[in-house]
Order: sequence, then structure tokens, then C-alpha cells
Amino acid sequence: MNVEPPVRRVYVAGMADGNPEPAASRGAAPGLKPGRAPWAVPGARPLVQFEAVVKRFGGVTAVDRVSLDIYEREFFALLGPSGCGKTTLLRMLAGFEIPTEGRILLDGQDLARVPPHKRPVNMMFQNYALFPHLTVEGNIAFGLRQDGMAKSAIAARVKEMLALVKLEGYGWRKPHQLSGGQRQRVALARALAKRPRVLLLDEPLSALDRKLREETRFELIDLQDNLGLTFVMVTHDQDEAMTLADRIGVMNAGSLAQVAPPAAVYEQPNSRWVADFVGDINLIEGIVASVGLGETVIGARAGGRLRVAQNVEAKPGATVWLALRPEKIQIDTQPPAAFDANCLAGQVADIGYLGDVSHYKVKLDNGLALKVSIANRVRLVERPIGWGDRVWLSFAPEACVVLTQ
Amino acid sequence: MRKGPSLFNVTSVALGLAFLYLPIVILVIYSFNASRLVTVWGGWSTRWYVELWNDAAMLEAAWISLRIAALSATLATVLGTLAAVALVRAGRFRGRTAFSAMIYAPLVMPEVITGLALLLLFVALNVDRGFWTVTAAHTTLTMCFVAVVVQSRLLDFDRSLEEAAMDLGCPPLKTFFTITLPLIFPAVAAGWLLAFTLSLDDLVIASFTTGPGATTLPIRIYSEVRLGVKPQINAICTVMIAVVAFGVIVAALLAKRGELVRARRAAKA
Amino acid sequence: MSDTGASGRRSWGARLVILIPALWLTVLFLVPFLIVLKISLSQSVIAQPPYTPTLDLTGGWQAVRDFAAALSFENYKLLGSDWLYIVSYLRSLGIAFAATAILLAIGYPIAYGMARAPRGLQPVLVMAVFLPFLTAFLIRIYAWINILQREGLLNETLLALGLIREPLIWLSTDTAILIGAVYSYLPFMVLPLYASLEKLDDSLLEAAADLGCPAWRAFWLVTVPLSLPGAVAGALLCFIPIVGEFVIPDLLGGSGAQMIGQTLWVEFFSNKDWPVASAVAVVLLVALLAPIVAYQRLQARALGER
Repeated sequence: MNVEPPVRRVYVAGMADGNPEPAASRGAAPGLKPGRAPWAVPGARPLVQFEAVVKRFGGVTAVDRVSLDIYEREFFALLGPSGCGKTTLLRMLAGFEIPTEGRILLDGQDLARVPPHKRPVNMMFQNYALFPHLTVEGNIAFGLRQDGMAKSAIAARVKEMLALVKLEGYGWRKPHQLSGGQRQRVALARALAKRPRVLLLDEPLSALDRKLREETRFELIDLQDNLGLTFVMVTHDQDEAMTLADRIGVMNAGSLAQVAPPAAVYEQPNSRWVADFVGDINLIEGIVASVGLGETVIGARAGGRLRVAQNVEAKPGATVWLALRPEKIQIDTQPPAAFDANCLAGQVADIGYLGDVSHYKVKLDNGLALKVSIANRVRLVERPIGWGDRVWLSFAPEACVVLTQ
Repeated sequence: MRKGPSLFNVTSVALGLAFLYLPIVILVIYSFNASRLVTVWGGWSTRWYVELWNDAAMLEAAWISLRIAALSATLATVLGTLAAVALVRAGRFRGRTAFSAMIYAPLVMPEVITGLALLLLFVALNVDRGFWTVTAAHTTLTMCFVAVVVQSRLLDFDRSLEEAAMDLGCPPLKTFFTITLPLIFPAVAAGWLLAFTLSLDDLVIASFTTGPGATTLPIRIYSEVRLGVKPQINAICTVMIAVVAFGVIVAALLAKRGELVRARRAAKA
Repeated sequence: MSDTGASGRRSWGARLVILIPALWLTVLFLVPFLIVLKISLSQSVIAQPPYTPTLDLTGGWQAVRDFAAALSFENYKLLGSDWLYIVSYLRSLGIAFAATAILLAIGYPIAYGMARAPRGLQPVLVMAVFLPFLTAFLIRIYAWINILQREGLLNETLLALGLIREPLIWLSTDTAILIGAVYSYLPFMVLPLYASLEKLDDSLLEAAADLGCPAWRAFWLVTVPLSLPGAVAGALLCFIPIVGEFVIPDLLGGSGAQMIGQTLWVEFFSNKDWPVASAVAVVLLVALLAPIVAYQRLQARALGER
């Protein structure tokens, strides 16, 4: 893990500082379910291990030396833009692709020689891949039949699965007679029916419309909680990864850029790329002026000094980037009174009103442009801040992160 | 928004279909002509069908043709489906270009060339020409048609269905029979039907590759037609058209019924 | 059957899938052509088989050398020097070319009309165009004899309508061959054309109209170029077999100049000259090689790129 141990403890820091105690014992942090931080327990045996896995298609390297441990009962999300290799990684775990180099282990056993149909993992496909010539029951029972399970046991399991995904009474339908949401449930039931060691989900919610997607998220979390299974999900949707996952592996160009719980990925990105990919961010280039006593002073390239409540592992004179989320900036029409805050003056260049929030683009006096977002807590009939207004932006030294790479 | 067909569109399709069907309709009507003179209408009659029924040589030829067609179509369906699977699924393999060339070339190869080549092969191998050589020749030609029909269906086939089956514990060969084959079955069946009618239809290749005792129906019809138009020929042609039309309609109805049964079962549940 | 089996190598099952059809086609399609080539270099004799030399592999290397020495290009010299053959080749190419042009001209409006038909009706129309292809080829040519002969329906109809005063001669003319060829091969032209026209997105034409292009120019600038692959496929699918056609010219054509398919047939069945028939086939194949390769490329691309 690459997260720097921050001096001022952000609420996710418990996982990052190598404290053997599970996070739950210190009071669960928001976004984390109690008792769920096996990755922070030294000596804990991972369920799935990727060891320096490389996959090349012809001359193209889709996955480049990825090493990753996933633990029992974890909900792990692989997040990245399309073509970053996340699906290839998932398909290698399922057995549809063979790693060019490296090993994949499940329960300590090398999977290299195990064909897809003998792996104790099941996948929920992006397009669901429901067998169109089989009924819902036939689809759910398909995997069980392959195991030679007794007929009565199959019927019982199918019934149980239909109840689990709330599709009782739909057993005789064919996939084309179902709505998108129902198909998604059948695909889920089919993949869960065999009680796999790991459930693989390839963009599980991408085919649903927004409302349904949001409802289904919570159902997925409940399901995983109740069944006590290990889920590995691939998604390009950061909201989905944030809400569902215990940990997120952010992928870029075939490599894992960062592996951390959602809050850490957001608040403590380890690189400019991750900071930029996950959520909106302002990146201010600067030079380290002084480091010490839990505070770093940075001279912005464009002018002005900024204080950060963090010891940066960089010598004075080194080039760094200050990452600042737009919602962590205060915008005022008067110079703020706060004594310790960083303050920059500028002019409103653009305003975007989204209903719940408003985005401002502010052109600073030093030439930089910063994005600021403000939650609209009261009904806005007339904006208090308009185009061309002179404004002051302020943010606490704790609000930003310094990135050295 | 789709624009509807214009008058020109409707007219061209109607004229095209008329052009395609008129000669066949005329043939069918004239097969019921009572007059011996083919061009003179002498009232309705089924006498030519009766004569046909008594024409042992023609019936024998028809029986041989049907057997060859059924056998070669079945063989061609197996081989053609394998070839289609190889083309779509095997990815790159050595000799792939040559392989696909051998699949596509027979589709356009003039029949006289294919027929001559096959005959010379059979002579070189010193096999007795007859039923089996015609069957082998027809299998070779029609398997390529089957391959193309099945190939286009396989290309549309969602590969993740097979992956899902394997993911759920189904071995590859079993996956082919439980998932792939049922789903591409309409194309396989269409391929068989195509192979069957092509074989039933073929004069040139059969003429080259046949031997004594294996006169197929087209060879028989051809030798009669060369001597001039005969009313019995109209009758046998009508019977052949009826058989093919019947086969096609039954196939279409079966497909439709399958859908209906599925819909009804779903409605009940 | 998957190429990405867990072992990463092709399983024996996957090999068989390729091997069985490949073997069948090699023995029954590729090898026969090599034999045709060989026999085209042989001489005709009255024997069984009726050509010399024959290759006897039991004679060892010497036999192979003797065999090679006895091969000659006599048959090809004959083809090049006798006008009968040259005229026959040229006639076949000419008729096939004319037939293909006519097929394009009448096939295009039909295919276009089909693509414009209501969605639900389209499969029915495709089946309707395809169905005659399933009813015997020979029968359909035969049906035209009834129509085209002197006392046939065509003349009767034209006379009745007063368009002609006395019966015209249709049968045994090149016109009859063209009618027969166009009639027989129409489905092969219409269906590929329809397939490419049907995929055409209407919004492309709307976009063209939106950008100020009148409908007739949009047709030329958008519809026609996009349907070109279908037109080329259809043209090749018709042209190549028509060149070597036997049944149509034999039943509908005259007794004068022959098409090359007939020439081959006569050399083989009537003159029993297998070497010359083989040489005719080889020359025909060489003449058709370019369009056949073009067709294969097109077919492989159409099926591979989807």
C-alpha cells in the first residue's frame, strides 16, 4: 500500500498505518462495515493472490505485473477507465484468459492448470449471458446440474435462489420475457447458485438505468453481507466502486495505481493520476519551501504560498503537486477572517448549477483556474455569487494532499 | 424515423417476385393440362401424374436422388458445421487461409470444373462410380454452403454464453452440445435443407461422377427434356416443387409453433 | 473447441474440428484439381483410363522421371490455335458480363424495395426471393422452354396484345440464354444487395438531407457507395458461375457457337478426350482466378470484420 502515513489522522488512517487492530475495534469508520479489514491483519491468508501477473495480447500488454491479494468475505472493486486491463484481470481469474507470466492462486492453489469449468469461482457477465433457450429455472439450475446434484436438491436450491433475488413465480419465463432488472437478478442467482468461493461481477449494474442501479447497489451489499461471500467486481463507475467495495484497486494502463479503501482512494490518492481519475480535483504545481513539524510550505508555481498539514517526503526545492478537492474550498465575497487558512483571490469565470450543488470556475489573480463546488443548502432564487464577481477562496491546511508523483 | 416504401419500391419488388414465380406457376398449371400438346390448353386433368406414377424408371431415379440428397446433406451438415466452428472459433492456425479458400471456392466454382475434377479423382482412385461417388461429390459441394450459413450465425453468437456455461462447470464439449448447438440449430437446419435441395437439384456434377445404376432424377429429367418438352416432366417438376415448398412451410411452422409453446408456457407461469 | 483452453494449447478436440473438414476438402477438392492439371498435360489414347502417361509409383524414381518427360503442352497449343475454343471462351465471358450487368440493373431496385419494406415483411420477402433457388434449377430452366418456344406463352401473349404480328424466335438465341441466366441467378444478386442495403441507417440519409443534399444526390453519394460491397459480392456470385454455365446454354441456347461449359462437356462426354477437357477446365479456372480470389477476400472480410 502506498498511502503515506498522514500526520493529521484522516478517518481512514487506521488501515494505512499498519496497526494490527481491526478497524472495527476503534469504532468503524464511515463506509466500512464492522469487522472488515482483513488486509490490515498481518499474517492473514489471502483467498485470491495475483503474483506478478502479466497478460499480453500479441504485442499489446493488457495487464502489466499486477500483484494483488484479495481476502475472504471482501468486496473488492477493480476500478479504471476502459481498456485499463481490469476485465482481463477478472477473466484470468475466471480462467477465460491465461496469464502470459505470473501466477494466480486461490486458497493457496495455483490455478494455471485448472480449466474454467473446474474453478470454484462463478461470474456474473456484463451482458448477463443468460441462456436464451433455457427458462429462468433452467438457467439457475444449469451449474448445479453440471455437478451432478440430486434433482430434489437442485429444485430446492433453485427455489431458494429465486427467493433470494425476489423472483418467485418467474421460474418458467424465458430470459427475453424479463425486464432488464429481472435479468440482472437471474444472472446473479445463477452465479450464486453454486455457492462459489469467489463471485466475479463484470460491470454488474452498467446495463440498468440510474434509479434501478442505485437501488440494486444496496441489495448487492446486503446479499454479500448475508451470504458471507467474496465478491470481486470490475467497474468503470467510481460511484459504484465507492458505495459497494471494501477496497478499491484503481487500475491504469495495465497496472494497479492504488489499492485502498474507498475513502483513502478519495482523500489520500497516491498519485496525480488517481487523484484526477477518482472524483474532481484541482492540481496545483508547486515547489517545497520548507518541511517540518507536521507542516509543509509550498510555493505555488503560479505565485503564492500554501501551507499543508502534512510532512512531505521531499526536500525543499522539489516539485510537488497539491491536490485539492473542489468541495473542500470555501468561497466568499469578502476576504475571510480565518487566521490559519490558505487564501487566494480571484474572479468567477464560470458557474454551473446542478441543483444539489453549484460548480464555480474561479480565475485566480496568479493566473491559475480552480474548480470549487458548493452544496446548495438553501433554495437559490438568485445566486449570491455571479459571473465576474471578485471572490476569495480559502481552504484549511488539512484539506489538501501533497503528491510527489 | 423510417421512410415507408414508395410506389417505385413496391412496383419493383412486385415485378421482381412476378418474374421469379410466374414461370413456376405456369409450369404447375400446365402439368394439369389434359392435352398432349404442351402449348395447347385442353382442360384440367391429372393424367400426367398417373403416367408419372407408372413410369418406373423416373420413380427409380427419384428414389436414388432422395437417398443421395438425404445422405449427402447429413454428411455435409456435420462437416460444414465443423468447418464453420473451425473458421470462427479456432482463431489463427497454420493453413487458415488455404482452409477458408477451400470453403469459399466451391461456392462459385463452375460446376463443370468441379464435376470433371471429382470424376478424374475417382478414376485415379479406381473406385466404382455410382451412388457413393455422387454422394461424396455432393457432400463436398454442399458442405461449403452449410459452412457459410452456420458461420454467419456463429459470428452473431454471443461468446459469453459459452463462457458462462464453462464458468458454471460445463466442460467445453458438453458446452457445445448443450448451449451452442441448440442456439445455432436454426442455421444448422437451414444448412441441411439447403444441402438437401442442392443435391436433389444437381445435374452437372452428378452427370460426371455417376456410374451405371445410379441415374439421378435431374439426369433422367435432362435426358427427357433434351428430346423435347413432355407433359410428364411438368408433372414431376410440380411434385418436386410441392415437396420443397412443403418442407419449407413445415420448417417455418415448426419454428413458429416453438415460439407459441414458449409464449404459452410463460403466460401460464 | 476453445482456442484458449486452460492448457493454452489446442486440445485434440479442437484439432479434430479443423482437421476433419480440412482433410475432406483436401482429398475431394484440392487434390482433384491437381489431377486435372496433370491430365491436361497428358495425351488422349483409346484405353482405360483414356489418357497417357499414367503415373505408376511402384516404378520408383525412374517412373516419375519418365512420367514427367512424357507430359506435354500439346493440349494448350490446340486451345490457343483453334478458333472454336477461343470464340467459346470469349462468348462465355461476354454473356456472363452482359447477364451480370442486367442482373445488377434489375436486382438493385428489387433489393432496395425490399430494404424499404415494413420490418415485419422483410423476412418474408427474403424467403420469397430465396425460395425459387430451392426449387430445382433444372426445372426452372425447363419452365422457360415452355414459355420461350415458338408457340409458347410469350409469343402468344405478345400476339394477343398486338405488340407483334407474327411469332418471334426466342428459344435457341442468346436472348434466351440471357433470360435464363438472369432468371436463375437473380436471388444471388438480390440477397447480398439487400443485406448491405438493409444495414443502411436511415439517419444517414436524413443527415445528408439536413446538410442540404437533395434525395437523388444522397442516393448516389450515400446509398450507392455503402451498398457497393453487396453489389460487388452479388456481381461476382453471378459472374463466375455463369461463365462456366452448362445447363442454361444447352437447353435455351442455339446449336451454333457454344459456351465454354458446353465445350468442356462435349470434349468429355462426346469426344471422350479427357486431356483436352482438362485443359479447357484449367484455362477456364485461370481466367476466373482473379474474380474467385476477389470473391473470397470479400467473403472473408464480410464475415471476419463483424
